[in-house]
Amino acid sequence: MSVLVDEDTRVVVQGITGGEGKFHTEQMLDYGTNVVAGAVPDRGGQEVAGVPVYDTVSRAVREENADASVVFVPPAFAADALFEALDAPLDLVVAITEGIPTQDMSRVYRRLQETHTYLVGPNCPGVITPGEAKLGILPGNIFSSGSVGLISRSGTLTYQIVDNLTKRDVGQSTAIGIGGDPIIGTDFIEALELFEADPETEAVVMCGEIGGEDEENAAEYIDAHMDTPVVGFIAGRTAPPGKRMGHAGAIVSGSGTGTAESKINALEGAGVPVGDTPEEVADRVADLL
Amino acid sequence: MRLHEYQAKRVFAKAGIPTPAAELARTVDEAVAAADDIGYPVAIKAQVHVGGRGKAGGIKLVDNAEEAREAADEILGMDLKGYHVDKVLVEEAVDFANELYVGVTMDRGVGRPVAMVSTRGGVNIEEVAEEDPDAIAREHVDPAFGMHDFQARKVVYDAGIRREVASDVASILTTLYDLWEERDGSDIEINPLMVTEDDEVIAADAVFNIDGDALFRQSDLAEMEDEAAEDELEAKANDYGFDYVRLDGNVGIIGNGAGLVMTTLDLVDHYGGSPANFLDVGGGAKADRISNALDMVFSDENVDAVVFNIFGGITRGDEVATGINSALEQFDEIPKPVIVRLAGTKAEEGMEILNTDLVQVEGTLEDAVQAAVAAAEEVQA
Repeated sequence: MSVLVDEDTRVVVQGITGGEGKFHTEQMLDYGTNVVAGAVPDRGGQEVAGVPVYDTVSRAVREENADASVVFVPPAFAADALFEALDAPLDLVVAITEGIPTQDMSRVYRRLQETHTYLVGPNCPGVITPGEAKLGILPGNIFSSGSVGLISRSGTLTYQIVDNLTKRDVGQSTAIGIGGDPIIGTDFIEALELFEADPETEAVVMCGEIGGEDEENAAEYIDAHMDTPVVGFIAGRTAPPGKRMGHAGAIVSGSGTGTAESKINALEGAGVPVGDTPEEVADRVADLL
Repeated sequence: MRLHEYQAKRVFAKAGIPTPAAELARTVDEAVAAADDIGYPVAIKAQVHVGGRGKAGGIKLVDNAEEAREAADEILGMDLKGYHVDKVLVEEAVDFANELYVGVTMDRGVGRPVAMVSTRGGVNIEEVAEEDPDAIAREHVDPAFGMHDFQARKVVYDAGIRREVASDVASILTTLYDLWEERDGSDIEINPLMVTEDDEVIAADAVFNIDGDALFRQSDLAEMEDEAAEDELEAKANDYGFDYVRLDGNVGIIGNGAGLVMTTLDLVDHYGGSPANFLDVGGGAKADRISNALDMVFSDENVDAVVFNIFGGITRGDEVATGINSALEQFDEIPKPVIVRLAGTKAEEGMEILNTDLVQVEGTLEDAVQAAVAAAEEVQA
């Protein structure tokens, strides 16, 4: 079992004719993902990697029964692409695009509340259910199938933790890269809810980082609602206040909110062990299984 | 992207918000001439991107030309919390009865804009927020509609603003919201918004920060960018297009992806070392970018050893290895020990390419960091 995506997920790639869209469509197909269509304005009738392209998402849904999309559309046009995906409608939208203006995301987020769609991202590596399907840019070869769910705000840190897990023979049910932007669709709590409801996910790893209060809110949720054990990791313990550490969302504000310490305390207070190193995270997870 | 006070005030004034008479000056003579022109008393204010300018000596109130000359001479050219002051705003000093705060920002927790008003203006609003959160009235705005007029009134009255000035303050708040929305603001605020004895309301300071990701559609604001880097290395990083933050330790860090680079910093600290920087080469970095990153870190004199940690997704190990080789092969002697860990896409190919005479290779992140910490300690010893 898994959450969000499996071998039956029918994927439309928005922005399939661009460099990244094309390359990662090929990678997704190689992995076994069921990519059924592309959607690019005024490019209907073309084919990319053997996949038919439609002018609109709604046409791709109508013709190919797509139920999920992956968005590689450049930032200036990404909000419109997301509104189009939400309008189609689709069950899942994975937004890879980095650099979408925050106010655009605020409007998209507002629209999202009226739908039943899961939006993952933006500025995220995507979602993978090992051995079944990947939607996004994650390198499939490092994942292995198993029973640990993974949620992370960062791409390469996800790979690092997965690598540590896989080397300890701890496979993954699904990994969700929720993205490093200030406003994202699916947050830690929603992702935790999905894993809690999945009978075959036996433990969850949650990788947070400095900035915002999502990890603190997630800790409250875990304390109140979760039976599935969770192991945490927080990046940015040594980050100085007021300096943006790469991700738009990764900043400790001048007043001290968003610190690693506050997040670690909240998680530990909710009974979630927090590893000091990725290796230690894998150790803690292995202990639980 | 941050606007200077004088730039923000020009934008505010154009939108109809009352601001004091003011002129920008780049020399002492210009400053005195501006002060004479405006009429005393005037405030002479350093135009740098630093909070708490007043406390740091960057704002002076003067009563005559002699004092103006003295103050301008002191402020122009001064180092204000690491930033060089090369221009001042000479501004009519406003006689005020009280000071308010008005602002709009994005509340990332709820994904919506929030308008804020307080009677506790003139002080650091973040401190007010911490000590006495109820002293700031807040109103979330639905981005699909923008701020309704009633919402401006509601937050102004909730803040306890007097009826005599409430409609003026509400109107200024509405203008701020519209500017924030139209110009892709991240933060916009007036602190203090001064109220005079005659109940006139005037913007004595102005903050307007623009979302860097939206500058493609705010080209006139993008042209106003005057972001002096804090030091040479940060300026160099801007030129190379790296996400870079300088810290005060001696272990240089290069990696791909913000979360993983932050984790590498944390591990250096965990194993008893001290990180010298955060440097993210980004996704899909090619050989020349890798080589630039090494150049950056080598040119930091505080760095005693470098850990290079790449977990390739879209970044390829062979490209990374080629970049490291070409950066190091130009030296007769490697300036600082470099510890490399490659994993992920094309990591094996990368390991074959990598010239292991020039670098130390480690198989795991933990081992690489410990080796770098040890190497840096050895240099210090």
